[in-house]
Amino acid sequence: MARMKFLCDAERCIVCNGCVTACKNENEVPWGVNRRRVVTIKQGIPGEKAISVACMHCSDAPCMAVCPVDCFYKTDEGIVLHDKDLCIGCGYCFYACPFGAPQFPQDGAFGLRGKMDKCTYCAGGPEKNFSEAEFKKYGRNRIAEGKLPLCAEMCSTKALLAGDADVISDIYRTRVTRRGTGSEIWGWGTAYGRPEKAAAQPGGK
Amino acid sequence: MRKIMLALLVGALIIGISGCGERPTVIYKQGKYQGKPDTQPWDNEQFKGNRTAWENAIKARAELENEYKRTNTGDQL
Repeated sequence: MARMKFLCDAERCIVCNGCVTACKNENEVPWGVNRRRVVTIKQGIPGEKAISVACMHCSDAPCMAVCPVDCFYKTDEGIVLHDKDLCIGCGYCFYACPFGAPQFPQDGAFGLRGKMDKCTYCAGGPEKNFSEAEFKKYGRNRIAEGKLPLCAEMCSTKALLAGDADVISDIYRTRVTRRGTGSEIWGWGTAYGRPEKAAAQPGGK
Repeated sequence: MRKIMLALLVGALIIGISGCGERPTVIYKQGKYQGKPDTQPWDNEQFKGNRTAWENAIKARAELENEYKRTNTGDQL
């Protein structure tokens, strides 16, 4: 196991923002910091799609490459984390990240930029597992509890998947090959039965 | 008197110049993590250092995201 990833199925996301809320609540993220966001593309016009975006825990993370104080590290499972005690809040990681994942708490009239905060894949940070310091700085450590990030586990339509890349790729592949096209994408046949099945049933048309 | 003045001037110059020096406070090694070490997710009371048990727990959790298996409808679809 070495590649913990997120995968968002744009066909399933219903923009409920459950993932955003779950993340904020679980990690007690302060105002102004959004570790996860739901982005809508082509809003209001045909072809509208939405995806949930946070740190994608890149295999070759640009934030790690540009950090002048080298406060980033990658765990054995491929989760990109950082040491807040070392971060100087320069914002280079924010400019380098293609997903806008690094967040900076704003404070005061002049927009003081604090230390960077980002999605930790609910894996805490470089503090003792389950310690108060870890929770205060980085949030909940669900990974050490044998659980997955709450955003994905909370997702009602299971649009957002989290886990080992091989496992979630298999889930997504199965889904894409079985769900068909058109209304089947939305699970119409699963919920109400497919026409051929309804006809085969006694009394079916 | 002149020698004393000269010695004082040279001394003041040496002290003044030493103030202009820049001493490195923290030396960063480019490209290598400089922060605190992190503990492994399986190093706790729940998993007792058993990596395989932790990996199995995570995998089982990920499989719960597959509703085709969870609802046991995989064969019907």
